[in-house]
Parts: sequence; C-alpha cells; structure tokens
Amino acid sequence: MDKFTVLTGVAAAIPMVNVDTDMIMPKQFLKTIKRTGLGIAAFYDMRYDENEVERPEFILNQEPFRKTKILIAGKNFGCGSSREHAPWGLLDFGIRCVIAPSFADIFYNNCFKNGILCVTLPEVQVDALTQKADGAEFTVDLDSLEITEPDGSKTSFELDSTRRHNMLNGLDDIALTLNHIDKIKAFESKQQAQQPWLYN
Amino acid sequence: MAKTLYDKLWESHVVHQDEGGAALIYIDLHLTHEVTTPQAYEGLRLSQRKLHRTDKTIAVPDHNVPSTSDRMEKIDDPESRLQLETLKQNSEDFGVEYIPMDDIRQGIVHIIGPEQGLTQPGKTIVCGDSHTATHGAFGALAFGIGTSDVEHTLATQTLSMQKSKNMLVKVEGELPVGTTSKDLILAIIGRIGTAGGTGHVIEYQGDAFTNLSMEGRMTVCNMTIEGGARAGLIAPDGKTLEYLKGKPHAPKGAAWEAAVTYWQSLKTDDSAVFDKEIVIQASEIIPHVTWGTSPEDVLPITASVPAPEDFDDTDKQSGARRSLEYMGLEPGTPLDQVPVDKVFIGSCTNGRIEDLRAAAAVMKGRKVADTVTTLVVPGSGLVKYQAEEEGLDQIFLEAGAEWREPSCSMCLGMNPDFLNPGERCASTSNRNFEGRQGRGGRTHLLSPAMAAAAALTGRLTDVRTVMEE
Repeated sequence: MDKFTVLTGVAAAIPMVNVDTDMIMPKQFLKTIKRTGLGIAAFYDMRYDENEVERPEFILNQEPFRKTKILIAGKNFGCGSSREHAPWGLLDFGIRCVIAPSFADIFYNNCFKNGILCVTLPEVQVDALTQKADGAEFTVDLDSLEITEPDGSKTSFELDSTRRHNMLNGLDDIALTLNHIDKIKAFESKQQAQQPWLYN
Repeated sequence: MAKTLYDKLWESHVVHQDEGGAALIYIDLHLTHEVTTPQAYEGLRLSQRKLHRTDKTIAVPDHNVPSTSDRMEKIDDPESRLQLETLKQNSEDFGVEYIPMDDIRQGIVHIIGPEQGLTQPGKTIVCGDSHTATHGAFGALAFGIGTSDVEHTLATQTLSMQKSKNMLVKVEGELPVGTTSKDLILAIIGRIGTAGGTGHVIEYQGDAFTNLSMEGRMTVCNMTIEGGARAGLIAPDGKTLEYLKGKPHAPKGAAWEAAVTYWQSLKTDDSAVFDKEIVIQASEIIPHVTWGTSPEDVLPITASVPAPEDFDDTDKQSGARRSLEYMGLEPGTPLDQVPVDKVFIGSCTNGRIEDLRAAAAVMKGRKVADTVTTLVVPGSGLVKYQAEEEGLDQIFLEAGAEWREPSCSMCLGMNPDFLNPGERCASTSNRNFEGRQGRGGRTHLLSPAMAAAAALTGRLTDVRTVMEE
C-alpha cells in the first residue's frame, strides 16, 4: 500500500445520499481477475449513457474534475455490496480521499486497505466543503488531521490511531498480523482443547 | 458484567488486542467464490505467501454460473469462464476444498454453508460477499469482507478489526397469516433505514424470529446488511440443533454432545444493555414490496407509490424524486396496480426449499400471466433435488414458469440472467439498486409467495387475495 501523508488536488462533490457500490462499480466489471484498470468503470452508468457516450452533465466528465483526487459525498456512501472493485475503481480514477457525513462499514474498511482515506465529518461541514468545491485545490493532511480549503480556512477531522499510523507508514496489514503468528497458533491450541469439533 | 451474544462471540475470538482499539479476531470458517478471490490469490502469489491453514476454507462457484441446463457444456462469456476457471485453479494450487459445478452440493455460497453443516453456532464466518450476514441465523458471527481481507484471512486465518456496537431489534407477537420472514425484514429495513445499523451488530429477539424456521431466520439475517449492519444474530435454540444434526460437517457422537452444551450457552444475558433498541409489533406487519431504488423504499402492498413531498427529510425527497424517475412510477399509483415483465424467485435471500414451497403453494394449479417471464432458480443442487422430490418443479413448469439450475442468477445478473432497460421485475432477491439486475432494469423486492402472486396476475399483487380465491 502507498503511504498517505499529504494530498493536494481537485475536489468534486457528488451530493447524493446512499450511493451504493453497484453505482460506484456495476457488476459487469466484477468479472476481472485484476485490481487495476477499473478507473474507466467508476460511476459507469452515471458517467456514460446507453451508447457508452459520456454524459457531459456528470461532474467527473467536466474539467477540471476529470483530475479529481478528493471526492465529497453524501450520507451512507458505499452502502451495499462488499465488492472491493468499488475502491479499486476510485483509486484507479485518481481519487485518494473521500469526505462524507457517514460511510457504510465494509466500504470504509476496503478503502483503507487500498490507501484511500475516508474522512467522516458532520453534515453541516460536508455541506460547507461542497459549496467550496468549484475546481480549486484542497489539501488533506493526515499527519495534522486537517483539510485546507482553497481560501486557506482549515477543517479538522478525527481518525482512529491504528488506521492513521498504518496509512502514514504505508504498512502491509498481513505482514503486521504475521508478527503475531505465535499468538495465532496459541489461540488455535487453546480453542482446539476447548472446542475440538472445530478441528475435525 | 452482563454481555450480549455479540460480546460473547467477539471475546471468544480475540487473538490480540491492539492499543489503538483494533483487535485481531480468529476466523473459524472462510467461504470463497469466484468473484472476490482472484486478486486475493494474486496477492498471495506476489508476496510468496501460503494459506495459514487450508482446513477452514471452502470454495464454490456461484455468481457467474449460468442457470441453464447446458451450463456444463458451455459458458459463452469468456470473462465469466476465466473467473470460474481461476477459482478452480487457485483452490487446487493452494489446497482449498472446491465444490465443482457438476456436484449436487454446488450452489450459492450462503446456501451451501448451512446445508453442509459448516455453518455452526459460535463460529466466526467470513466471505467476500456482504450477504455473509445470512449465517448469523445460527448464532454465528458472520460478516462480509472485501478482497484485501479475503487475502488477509487466507494468509493468517484472522482479521484486524474494531468491535461494533450492539443493536437490538425486538419483534413481539405473531406475524399475521400471509406475512413471511421476507416481509418482516423488509418492514424492519423500512423502519430503521439502510444506514440504521451502521457500526452495529444487530441481534434479533422476540417471538416473530423464534417462530420462524431456520430458512426464515436466514432470510432475515441475510438482509441485515441492507439495514447497514454487517452482521445479524439470532441465538441458537432447538430448531438450530434440529437443522444441524446429521449435516455432513456437523459434529458427531460425543463431539455433538459437547458442541450442544457450548452452543446452549450462546445467548444474551438478561441484563445486558444494547447501544440501540427498536421494538416492533409483529401483528402490524403485512406483505411488503419496495417501490424505489433503495431497500428502505418499502411499503405494505396495500399502499400507493409515495410522492417526494410525502417525506420530511430533504435528502429523502431528492432520493425519492430520483427513484421515481428511474422506476418509471407516478405518485399515487396503488402498488398492486404496477405491472411486471419478469419474476425472479431465487437468490441467497430466498432460494431455499421453504421459499420454493411457498411459491409453489401459490402457483399450484394456476397459470403465469402471458405477459410475464418467470424464473425459478433453486439456491443449490440439493435444494433443486429436494424440490424435484416434492414435485415442485412440475408445479412451476405446469404454471408456465422456468425451472433452472442453481446460481446467483438474476439477483445481480453476472450470469446471462438479467433485465433489459426499462423491464420491471418482481424479485425475491435483496437489492433494488439502480442497474442491479441489469442496466435500466427496475426491481421490486418481495417474498417468494408475493413473487408467485405477481407472476400469476402480471402485476404486483397482495398474495392474500390470490390465496382467498
């Protein structure tokens, strides 16, 4: 996973509630056996019409939002299917941070596994950022836990210390867990003694 | 301190507690299918890792599997074929038990786990699929994960996660005749909303759930994710034991007795406190159907399509406007006057034997409307076999429905079963999102009995009126 320290880039607002992962990444793109190349499919039905022609009214089809790095979204973003193809698509498009009043649990976790920072802020603050997302650049600083808006004003956010630490250092979750391999084996020995039917 | 069932399941699986609040949780069962595993195995290969152990993982193809009888000879879509072959190859290369497509045990991953007795009370169960919540019906802590966590589970048999909060959904009293487990969970989602359970594990308590069969409980827990919670739980009881006894992977002999003693301890303490509680009266729940593009857009079948102005919340108003346009519905139209083009009976929500029996009871001796194409897709080879033993296939065929092979099928249309733009479907599946069943397709979620009624009349229909005839 790539480190995440400071991200500066264009922020685009999609102020819709309950955006589901079917919307972020429709099923026809789940047949891939690769993680990469899904940027073209992100928000597919919203981006392209039935003839696969870009819809000019959709924000990510407009300049400078084609270069969006920060997405400002509505409540319950990423609900529905557990498909990690949704964050893979956002990442491949160039989006490394999503700001919303709330996220669905599985999507939230999947984003952090791929180096996408999810920032949860009260709705009124997300609305304020939405108003300012006119194409100018925002900066998201994970070290200081601050968003700097184009006019220089700052918004603080919170994140649990484990996720922050792992993102800042670009740590491999599996390698971290394998540091505890002795504990995993000890757990298995104890569980096998207590619940032997789990080990048939 | 008094504990909830979730507290007990969580605490009994903590391998390591991190100072930052995350814990390493041991995983007792990992169910895998072709869609969410290829990149996980690729990751293992790139980092030269193996499975921590192979005896707690099972693989079965389901999403891309065609539901047609010629599926063993040909799969037209090269991408589907490659994904299916990749699951088989990865399972072989890494030593995972694989159930092939031509095995009678093949089926939707959430149907075969319980059928094979792999799903047991007290276990932690994961799968790269959000409907893993299904297995909570047995008092197992079961939840969906993404592909990175699939890889993590394969490599370590653990997951790093934060503990969720506890939420109680209590439904007291008996469900009225004609109301099923599907109506119950749709009514709950309508009440709490699709984000109502976010950050929580939901425990279902009350007569409405204990009176359900295991199949009915699975339908309820399955759609817990549509209420925003990753996992739903129903404490194990006599029905749970009766279902499991004798299943291929269930403990046998003395091990069964020991397991039962442990399983009977798996319940919430009387004085345990939940972070959130909802109480609903079962007697108030009648058959439900969705009208919009979120599972929370649900109403009793006797209601009419709402208008955006009917909602207080501005987010709900804009959501309803978009939904109604997508669904092609006019506010004020009685829901039982909405015509349908297709009917889909199946999926991990409603593809079990009890679901097929309920649909067959409505269709028996009646005919599907000429304007409707009806697909009945059993959830597994064993469900199909059982249904044929009972003659249900003949009831469906004589009514004019199609009797298919086990697959996820039209729930999400990754195989050749999908809706064309503008087509409207009465579906027993779990999601009515835009494009879910096919681009431009319009989905109305309902119970198997209600789906069968819609097939007969060609429109959304209150099944109670059909059964009275």
